[in-house]
Amino acid sequence: MNIPSELKYTKDHEWIRLNGDIATVGITDFAQSELGDIVYVEVETVDETLDAEEIFGTVEAVKTVSDLFLPLSGEIIEFNTALEDAPEKVNTDPYGEGWMIKIKCSDLSQADTLLTAEAYKKLIGA
Amino acid sequence: MKNIPLSKTHIALGAKMVPFAGFNMPVQYEGVNVEHETVRNAVGVFDVSHMGEFLIEGEHALELIQQVTSNDASKLTIGKAQYSCLPNDTGGIVDDLIVYRIKETTYLLVVNASNIEKDWQWIQSKNKVGATMRNLSDTYSLLAIQGPKAIEAMQSLTSHDLSAIPFYGFIVGDFAGIEHVIISATGYTGSGGFEIYCKNSEVKQIWDKVFEAGAGYGIKPIGLAARDTLRLEMGYCLYGNDIDDNTSPIEAGLGWITKFTKKFTNSEALEKEKQNGPTRKLIAFELNERGIPRHGYDIVDANGTKIGEVTSGTMAPSLNKGIGLGYVPMAFAEVGSTVFIQIRKNAIPATVVKLPFYKG
Repeated sequence: MNIPSELKYTKDHEWIRLNGDIATVGITDFAQSELGDIVYVEVETVDETLDAEEIFGTVEAVKTVSDLFLPLSGEIIEFNTALEDAPEKVNTDPYGEGWMIKIKCSDLSQADTLLTAEAYKKLIGA
Repeated sequence: MKNIPLSKTHIALGAKMVPFAGFNMPVQYEGVNVEHETVRNAVGVFDVSHMGEFLIEGEHALELIQQVTSNDASKLTIGKAQYSCLPNDTGGIVDDLIVYRIKETTYLLVVNASNIEKDWQWIQSKNKVGATMRNLSDTYSLLAIQGPKAIEAMQSLTSHDLSAIPFYGFIVGDFAGIEHVIISATGYTGSGGFEIYCKNSEVKQIWDKVFEAGAGYGIKPIGLAARDTLRLEMGYCLYGNDIDDNTSPIEAGLGWITKFTKKFTNSEALEKEKQNGPTRKLIAFELNERGIPRHGYDIVDANGTKIGEVTSGTMAPSLNKGIGLGYVPMAFAEVGSTVFIQIRKNAIPATVVKLPFYKG
């Protein structure tokens, strides 16, 4: 199971890459493998400002649907529109081309509550 | 939780195992889309050994079967099978099943795993004629070898001509070095192929030989997830989703297996329902826009008023669109009508279509 050490994680199986106050967010390798073939990523919250743990979108696999929770409070400034035509990128490259949104964070202190790669690894028993 | 005989084989093949109908079952190996396409274009193997098998024997066997099932089993000759259902006394369905005529007075009933106990009790309670009943569910295994290349890929495993077995016909013969195996031209995928019934002690040898014989044809193991997308593209009902104790065979579109040429459980009420027309009907719909209908989502009209619920829904891998089944009042049931599927905040328009979704 691929869990890059430079990223942060949530218990909802999302990863976060912080660059200043901009956070790029996707779902983990474990999450994509549990969901199976992903056919649709729906994010209708671009330009909205939401609190951490609010639902920002939905990921649909052939067999299941799963909500996406915002890991950090802030404004959703971008959705990876490449996923509209190629949602399978979430399966094939979850930490790269399969990224989902970018957030302009409103409270960077929240980042301290995120999990390290080591802690996430323990969470999923990998 | 029960294990099927080959559960270790499935785990070694990388299957994700999930509890289903009281059994630990392979839901997926490589991925649902790849597995789906394998069955549509080549050949795949499902281990569905969780299914239940009852043997009904004796001079009154047919009488009992005619009493409990909706289809006309008197039409069965030896070597023929039929799809049927067990109506209950109150307008619903106890289970759907396949009835095989094995010998003159020996029939095999194949039932859903989730209903083995319920069906056994039900049929036994109706057995006033003294038919002999045997529950073979724990001792028999079932492999479904499905796909357009199934005949060609499996021919080397038997001395019988597989292409000569008609749809819903079967033979009892040699297969993969085992004698007295039921080779049945049935399945739940719409892509052709066979179902193989054998003893638990024989299933490992058969599984291994099937994969050897199929190697040159791209054979793969297929999980329950793809079984569900395959059957739904054909519009085959799944018990517990599309039919249950409270849905009648008439409204479920199973009039074709409900034969009023004979008396059976609740047949008078069902015949009236057929004559008067049901108040609701199981429709098949395709979404006109992107989205995936799921079991339990509301079906609404143009004003947003709830008119029914989705009973089965998925993204159809062969069609690349959202498809589903659900019950709606007759006024909305006509082919070509528009209904709306409530997917989270959005009511997505959908068109009522004729089955099957997948036309091959």
